[in-house]
Amino acid sequence: MSSFETHEYDVIVIGAGGAGLRAAIESVALGSKTAVITKSLLGKAHTVMAEGGIAAAMGNVYPEDNWEVHFRDTMRGGKMLNNWRMAQLHAQETPDRVWELEEWGAVFDRTGDGKISQRDFGGHRYARLAHVGDRTGLEMIRTLQQKAVADGIEVFMECSILKLLTNDDGSVCGALGYHRVSGEYVVFKAKAVVLATGGLGRSWKVTSNSWECTGDGHALAIWAGAELIDMEFIQFHPTGMVWPLSVKGLLVTEGVRGDGGTLRNSDGTRFMFNYVPEMFRAETADTEEEADRWYTDKKGARRTPDLLPRDEVARAINSEVKAGRGSPHGGVFLDIFSRRDPEYIKRRLPSMYHQFKQLAGVDITREAMEIGPTCHYAMGGVRVDPDTAESTVKGLFACGEVAGGMHGSNRLGGNSLGDLLVFGRRAGIGASQYASSCKEPSPQEGEIKSIVAEADKILTSTSGENPFDVLHSLQDTMNELVGIIRVERELVEAKDALAKLSDRARNLSAPGNKGYNTGWHHALDLRCQLTVAQCVTLAALERKESRGGHTRDDFPGPDKDHFGKVNLACSMASGEISVTETPLPEMPAELARLFEEAK
Amino acid sequence: MTNASPETSKKSWKMRLWRGDSKGGQFQEYDSPVLEGEVLLDVVHAIQASQATDIAVRWNCKAGKCGSCSAEINGKPSLMCMTRMDNFDPGVPITVAPLKTFPIVKDLVTDVSFNYEVAKRVPHLKIADPGPDGVRRMYQQDVNRIQEFRKCIECFLCQDVCHVIRDHEDNKKYFAGPRFFLRYAEMSMHPLNTEDVRSKAREEGGISLCNITKCCTEVCPESIHITDNAIIPMKERVVDRHFDPVAWLGRKISRKPYSQLPKS
Repeated sequence: MSSFETHEYDVIVIGAGGAGLRAAIESVALGSKTAVITKSLLGKAHTVMAEGGIAAAMGNVYPEDNWEVHFRDTMRGGKMLNNWRMAQLHAQETPDRVWELEEWGAVFDRTGDGKISQRDFGGHRYARLAHVGDRTGLEMIRTLQQKAVADGIEVFMECSILKLLTNDDGSVCGALGYHRVSGEYVVFKAKAVVLATGGLGRSWKVTSNSWECTGDGHALAIWAGAELIDMEFIQFHPTGMVWPLSVKGLLVTEGVRGDGGTLRNSDGTRFMFNYVPEMFRAETADTEEEADRWYTDKKGARRTPDLLPRDEVARAINSEVKAGRGSPHGGVFLDIFSRRDPEYIKRRLPSMYHQFKQLAGVDITREAMEIGPTCHYAMGGVRVDPDTAESTVKGLFACGEVAGGMHGSNRLGGNSLGDLLVFGRRAGIGASQYASSCKEPSPQEGEIKSIVAEADKILTSTSGENPFDVLHSLQDTMNELVGIIRVERELVEAKDALAKLSDRARNLSAPGNKGYNTGWHHALDLRCQLTVAQCVTLAALERKESRGGHTRDDFPGPDKDHFGKVNLACSMASGEISVTETPLPEMPAELARLFEEAK
Repeated sequence: MTNASPETSKKSWKMRLWRGDSKGGQFQEYDSPVLEGEVLLDVVHAIQASQATDIAVRWNCKAGKCGSCSAEINGKPSLMCMTRMDNFDPGVPITVAPLKTFPIVKDLVTDVSFNYEVAKRVPHLKIADPGPDGVRRMYQQDVNRIQEFRKCIECFLCQDVCHVIRDHEDNKKYFAGPRFFLRYAEMSMHPLNTEDVRSKAREEGGISLCNITKCCTEVCPESIHITDNAIIPMKERVVDRHFDPVAWLGRKISRKPYSQLPKS
């Protein structure tokens, strides 16, 4: 074996957000020797940014809620492109996962009778998001972090993974990474690898995502031979901050609308009433009076269009701004100050109050927020078996945002945290069981050598380009050409631009030594970002319809008969990415009935 | 709306960033333009992207939620992402130094592993079983105070500023620090926790060493009343337990260590 620092585990989990920690907790509980590897410090993962809550049909606020209703909401939110089995498991299992968090120390907000409180969110028929004010993600990660520490799980902090290692039969058997602090390489030999690396939004200029979200797991998987599905679907969250520039893209929770906030254009009009699509018309209020009454009367009134699924709201905001009815800084207004009293706002939305006050000088209890769409979430990811989270490559598992299928073409707010818990746990079980029966890992030396040489070259090169310049070009390209509204001409342009950027990325230079060299880290992350950006662009070119988080100006409607029945799968051979259509798994009759009855 | 016009100011600021590693280093001066509404972390990033790509600085969310970008800004422990540049006088250079209480890794990055080691020693709570109807009931008024503690983003600014460890390296062996006193207090005040942590707060956490200077509360970016709401009540609970004559007699008779005593 190579001379690098080497560790051996049954299971390694890459990523220490909600999904990764939940997977590790389960894997350890089943007796597997497990380690978690994270690019950041423990407890800092992007999960902390999740605000609104965990959607779970516990029925604490509306006893008529149940998993079937949640399942139906999820599928309709995803425009029926979801993997039905994942959506079913998610809806069935989230209540148990939430109660489990409570047992591990999470302290959710309470109902009047002492149960876990649940709040309204877009696309959910009943108030069903378990929450802690607007900092639910922090509560979740802290709870899982403390549980993981109590269980003695080993964590490699500030360690980035460069490549998955494989046995000679192609199955995954570990990973090669480097310690960010020292720059030294490290080899993990493992019988099973769980990818829980989160999202990829950092390749867009305006994003709610942190530096970590560079699509590492997506890239590691496709390089190792796995399939990625639904990569064209990128969620632009309708409400990101737009001003000041410093915080452009920073998330404003959907909970603002869930708690009574409404969207207005520069005329003061509540414009969402003009954007209710056919699919949701029957269950959406058509007057302001009915919409406002819905907050307290779920049975007698239909829901406000402010809480349509995120793709609908983001497109509506985009249209208002384009029509010249936007706010001074190119967004629209989100108004809760005129609708709820200041004490209520501060109690329900403390982080939002704080965030606007401190970063924008705006008091949300006295004036409207300016908001606009921001790149937020990747619906697409590694194709997995719904029950075990195993990818199409042996030994490789994926859960959370890096896995695809659960959310179809658009994720409902609140369905991410539940996804992390349900499929984190399932991936932990899947990986642990696989590890107990597979052969000893035997990584191929050549794989390690080639990647190390490539990485070292960036440090020693004196003529290469500044990695930040390439990164910024990538972010501009994706923002301008592969944004909310797409068109063939621009997608082709993006494809060519990405090819040029890939050439530039082959000749980067990051002077300085290896220890905590940020330029070098960015240069290495860029390899993942470029692969993933290409997948998104190629899949977006291929899907000639509009659906969820993929809107084509040249194909404005959904294509039920063809694209509504296929997933697009990206795979890689000899360095080339190809996109193929694969049939959508067919829903069994007893679930399909849920959609017929509703008509 | 009260927002100013989208035009941005292009003033140039002088930034003095500490550069170096565990072997030593010094402040290095950089000039950087500052746009309207920017925070200090933006300026450090701008310098990093254009002038010194190898500057080491931790950050994640850039929204005051992850607690990664702690530093000492003009001597004051703060989050770089929540420090607005318009708080400063443009003519005066701004000094950014790494946290003093922890060993330096490189530039603005310190080795905060002390905190992760302490976290391993903090006891884990044990929540009571659900009631007969299968539900764990807690009431909002009973969880408000521990929810305040759970707002902690683990930026470790309170640990950095605490004199007990800032000025006395040796104390780190005996002293968990304000961030972890929040944990003890939270467990002690959790309506359903069955694990008595009072003795451990004293014996393992060293809470008695805290002399209530409230420096931790002052620097907390989440405005948690660490001293008043967590440390002082926790100290009282510890004292009640430790110096209660009945409990003392009980301990003598039963000869059990604190940790095995039932919760009183």
